[in-house]
Amino acid sequence: MAELLANWLDFLPPEAAGALVDLVAILAVTIVVILCVAYTTYLERKVIGFMQLRQGPNRVGFRGLLQPFADVLKLLVKEIVIPGRANRWLFLTAPVLALVPALAAWAVVPLFPGFAVADLNAGLLYLLAMTSLGIYGIILAGWASNSKYALLGAMRSAAQMVAYEIAMGFALVGVLMAAGSLNLGAIVEKQAGGVANWFILPLLPLFLVYFISGIAETNRAPFDVAEGESEIVAGFHVEYGGATFAMFFLAEYANMILIATLTAVLFLGGWDSPFAGLIDRQWPVVGILAAPGLFWLAAKTFLFLFVFLWLRATFPRYRYDQIMRLGWKVFIPVTLVWIGVEAVLSVLDIGPFK
Amino acid sequence: MNDSEKRPAAGKPGPGDRIRAVFRTFALWELLRGLRVTLTNFFRRKVTLRYPEEKAPQSPRFRGLHALRRYANGEERCIACKLCEAVCPALAITIESEVREDGTRRASRYDIDLFKCVYCGFCEEACPVDAIVETRIHEYHMEHRGENILTRERLLEIGDLYEEQIAADRSADASYR
Repeated sequence: MAELLANWLDFLPPEAAGALVDLVAILAVTIVVILCVAYTTYLERKVIGFMQLRQGPNRVGFRGLLQPFADVLKLLVKEIVIPGRANRWLFLTAPVLALVPALAAWAVVPLFPGFAVADLNAGLLYLLAMTSLGIYGIILAGWASNSKYALLGAMRSAAQMVAYEIAMGFALVGVLMAAGSLNLGAIVEKQAGGVANWFILPLLPLFLVYFISGIAETNRAPFDVAEGESEIVAGFHVEYGGATFAMFFLAEYANMILIATLTAVLFLGGWDSPFAGLIDRQWPVVGILAAPGLFWLAAKTFLFLFVFLWLRATFPRYRYDQIMRLGWKVFIPVTLVWIGVEAVLSVLDIGPFK
Repeated sequence: MNDSEKRPAAGKPGPGDRIRAVFRTFALWELLRGLRVTLTNFFRRKVTLRYPEEKAPQSPRFRGLHALRRYANGEERCIACKLCEAVCPALAITIESEVREDGTRRASRYDIDLFKCVYCGFCEEACPVDAIVETRIHEYHMEHRGENILTRERLLEIGDLYEEQIAADRSADASYR
């Protein structure tokens, strides 16, 4: 597709054409991510509603399918109230700082064979950097609001982020050792060839640690002490309304989808088909199931997104000290032990660690 | 289901129990059990009615908005006996009577204050001539101050409008009265 676009633009100097192609790719990915965010909010309300024996939104459009657009419209039209004695400049920058890394991280995610906006060799490192940067938006929002609740939420969020970032990093080290590359595309290719080759089997503990840390990282229930509405109203975004709140919302959900996608990419073979080893590509009709593609990545991402919402509908919020205990005393030792096991196995040439 | 309930209460937990506990913790056993509950509810049928499109069934005895009825020849039933006014526990009914030119007693004023009314249906039960009734209408509103008072004219108007339904409901319930 990119080549087609490049050929069509061959009247331009090659640098300009390349930049244009990149721009189109960036726009396409960003718009798709934002649309996904819109419908994740709908999915969330619907799934949680169903789990609580309710209908969920069903008024706007067919079965409530236009609800996200109604919400966006409402948020954009609302007034942005800046609290008195708040740091005005930081107050308005914070949502941007939260949103930009959440969207920028998508640059290195391989969406289908041979496509990522930026095919970085240090993709995993870039991802770690971007997911950690998002916390600046939250901390600045908490501080700039000049509100006790917001500050408390921000401090909690920061401490939580430090604890889980380490476990998450170690889980990624495990993936890195198994794949032998920091390039996300290469990691997916290493897992090609059906379920048996996916990292989820040899790296099961790391998979669990990564996913749970991901939930903590995105401040989602049951790790949502940063906003914990029953304790500190709305945490770091108490003072935000309208478009600024929408940006925090967008960042949170973009991060959520990102974590779901990354879990699929790192542990479930990304765009690889689960039937790849079972069904021959040449077979009629069913052969198409074995083909790798965006569809499989989307299906796996959807699965993890559903788990995100499912967990939120099921578990009560963790107490703050329990969150710290889980992060420091359980996840970090577990990941360290498993990295050790992996190292021994790879020295002995056992399993996929060669 | 719960093993701790089956186990005898006495004695310290042995090494086997401790290993089992560790294994369960790492298998996220309790968490998975919680998740099962929410997932079964996810697939359960939702009982909520989609209100304006779907409505709960109503009994013919439903007590909603009030109405005054007429006889088939168009004569109003109410004879201003004031039994309803007397029985009304909320004092929502105000009646003034007069003698008409043909010598019959009729209500010159029959007001029901909907803000006071508790929709108990005593007025309907007290009425000797089945004049005041409570209809099935329950979706109504007031937009201006004073509209909460249903006057005699308004009550008769409602009665005329819904006479068919009112008569059908009374006859459906007649054998139980």
